[in-house]
Amino acid sequence: MAQQEPEQDARTLTMSRAMVEAIAFEMREDDEVFYMGEDVADYEGIFDSTTGLREEFGYDRIMDVPISETAYIGAAVGAAQAGMRPIAELMFVDFFGVGMDQIYNQMAKNTYMSGATVSVPMVLTTAVGGTYNDAAQHSQTLYGTFAHLPGMKVVVPSTAYDAKGLMHNAIRDDDPVVYMFHKRLMGIGWMPAPDGPKTGVPEGDYTIPFGSADVKREGADVTVVTLGLHVHRALEAADSLAADGIDAEVIDLRTLVPLDTETVTDSVAKTGRLVVVDEDYRSFGVTGEIVARVAEADLDDLEAVERVAVPDVPIPYARPLEDEVIPDAADVEQAIRAVHEGE
Amino acid sequence: MYENMVTARHYEERLQEEYLEGKQPAFDISAGPIPGELHLAAGHEASGAGVCQHLRDDDTVTAPHRPHHIAIAKGVDLKRMTAEIFGRETGLGTGKGGHMHLFDPDVNFACSGIIAEGCPPAVGAGLAAKKRNTDSVAVAFLGEGAIDQGGFLESLNMASVHELPVVFVIEDNDWAISMPKERITDLENGARRADGFGLRGERVDADDAVAVYEAAGEAIGRARDRNGPTLLELQVHRRMGHFMGDPETYRSESDATAAQERDSIERLEADLRAEGVDDETIEELRSRAHDRVEEAIEWAKDQPEPEPAAAHEDVFSNPPSGVTDTEPEITGHGGED
Repeated sequence: MAQQEPEQDARTLTMSRAMVEAIAFEMREDDEVFYMGEDVADYEGIFDSTTGLREEFGYDRIMDVPISETAYIGAAVGAAQAGMRPIAELMFVDFFGVGMDQIYNQMAKNTYMSGATVSVPMVLTTAVGGTYNDAAQHSQTLYGTFAHLPGMKVVVPSTAYDAKGLMHNAIRDDDPVVYMFHKRLMGIGWMPAPDGPKTGVPEGDYTIPFGSADVKREGADVTVVTLGLHVHRALEAADSLAADGIDAEVIDLRTLVPLDTETVTDSVAKTGRLVVVDEDYRSFGVTGEIVARVAEADLDDLEAVERVAVPDVPIPYARPLEDEVIPDAADVEQAIRAVHEGE
Repeated sequence: MYENMVTARHYEERLQEEYLEGKQPAFDISAGPIPGELHLAAGHEASGAGVCQHLRDDDTVTAPHRPHHIAIAKGVDLKRMTAEIFGRETGLGTGKGGHMHLFDPDVNFACSGIIAEGCPPAVGAGLAAKKRNTDSVAVAFLGEGAIDQGGFLESLNMASVHELPVVFVIEDNDWAISMPKERITDLENGARRADGFGLRGERVDADDAVAVYEAAGEAIGRARDRNGPTLLELQVHRRMGHFMGDPETYRSESDATAAQERDSIERLEADLRAEGVDDETIEELRSRAHDRVEEAIEWAKDQPEPEPAAAHEDVFSNPPSGVTDTEPEITGHGGED
C-alpha cells in the first residue's frame, strides 16, 4: 500500500539531491561512512550523485579513485569487512564487467561462505538506463543481472522521496546493497527528467523498508508492475487510459531483492490482469520473474498477462532504433489495453 | 601526416558545431542531430597521425572512446564514419554503434567505450598474426587514465610473454575526465609500466608529431620484425572538456589555456615551413582536408535514418533458428472475457 506521504507543503527535491542528503546525513552521523568512485570529488559525480559532498567532507571521505573498478570495488569490500561502511560508485552499470568478480564473488558471497561470520556492509551505487542515445555500452539497465546473483540487496528508486529513504536504509544495512539510479530521473541539467521523480522530501532522516513495493496509483482493472524510470511511463499510460474508463493500478517495486511479492499478488487478485514493464532485457529478467511469482502464488488469479521490456538486443545508438527498443508510455498503454480487452 | 592532423582537427570542429545544434540554449544531451555523448580529440592529432602513418590496412587498431583522429589516420571510411555518428542507416554500424563504437573491418579498425578494454582484443590480433605467420601488427590506443586497469596490465604481460607484435599507445592528455594525472598514478612516465612486464617502454614528450612518428616507426618496425611488443606513451593535450557539455569546473583556467597553447599542428606546420615547404603546399593540404570533411558531413546528413525494425537485426551474424522473436506482438495472452 502507499507508503507514508510527505506533507503537502514539504519542499521538493530532485532525486539526486535527495540521495545526496541521505548520504551526507549518514556521513555526519558515522565517521566510518565514506564514498569513493571515479569523478566523485571534484566533478561531484557525473550524474550529480555527490554534489556538495567533497566541500563538506573533504577528499579523505569523498575519494576520487583511479579508473580501476576491480581495485576500488574490491577495496570497498575489504573496508566493509573491516567494519567500515563504504559507498562505492560504479559510474555506469555497463562497466560492471570490469570489476564483476569483486562484486559477485566477493561482495555478494563472503557473508554466505563465512557462515555469516563476516559481513559486508557496503553500498554499490550505479547509474542505469538509456533514453539519451549513448549506445550499447552506456545505456543498459541490468536490473536482472544483479537481482539474479544471490547475496546483494538491490534497490531501484523512482522518486526523490523513495531515493532518500532507501539510501538511509542502504547505508545502515549490514549487507551489500546495490543502489541503481536511473540517469533520466536524477534531475541533471543536461538530461531533463520527467515531472514525477521530483517530489516532496522531509528534512529529517527516514527509512523505507526494503521489500515494500509502493502502489503509486491505485486502480481496479489492471495491475502494472514496474520500477525506475518506467514507473513514470506507466503512470503516464494509466492516466491516459483513465479517460477511456480503464483503471490501472501501478506498483513500483522499489527493491528487487528483497522482492515484495505480496503487494503484487494482492493487486492481481483484485484486478486479474497483469502487465510487467521493465527497461532491462526481456528474457531471464524482472518481467519473467514477476509473472512466475504471480503464477506460483495463485494461477487462478491470472486472467491475462503481458510483458513490456527491451527486446533481447543491445541498446542501439540511432534515435529511431533506441526509440524502438526502449518501451515508452504508448507501449505500456497498448499492453494495458491488450490485457484489459483480453483478446 | 600533416594532412591527417588537419583533417582530424577540422573534422572535430565541424562535429562540435553539428553537435551543438538543437542543444541550445539549455544543453540537452539527447537533443539535436548528434545525440548521446561526444568525446572530441582536439589536441590528440599527433598521436593518431604519427602512429598510423606506419600502418597498413591489414594492421589492426583498437581505439578508445575518443577515436576520430585515430580512425581518420588509419584510413577508416570518413563518410560512413560520419554517417554512423549521425545515426544513419549507411553508417559503419548501420546506426547501431555511434561515435564510441566505430568498426571498419576493411582497415581493421575497432573501438570500445570501456576504459582499457581495447587492449585485450589488440593482443588477440597480434596473436592471430603470430599464429598465421604474417607480418601484420596490432596497435591498442588508450588514455593515461587507463594505465591502472587490469585489462591493460594483463595485456602487457600476455603480449610480452608470447612475444606478440603489439604496440600499446598511451595518449597522455593529463586528464581522466576530472581527475588530473597526479591524483591517479604516482608514475610521471606511464611508459614505465612496461618495466614490470619485460617489454620496452618509451615516452615522447611535448606534442611533437615528428618525434611521435619516429618513436612509433621504431616500435611498429620492431613488432613487424618479430622483435617484441612496445609500450609508448605520447604526450598530447585536451583542448576541450572530457565530453561535449562538460563544464570543466574542476580544471583551472591556466591549465586549459596551456593546453590551447601547445598545438602539435602549429608546431608541425612550423617544422614543415622550416624545411622549405611553401605556403601554397600547406594551403593545398588544408584545403583538401577541409573539402574532404565538408563532403563527408554533407553526405552523412543526407543519408536516411534506419528503419525502427532494424533494431532487431544483427544481434547475431548467424541468427540461430528457434530463437524467440525479440519483440513478440502484444496480444493479451490469456483472458476469457
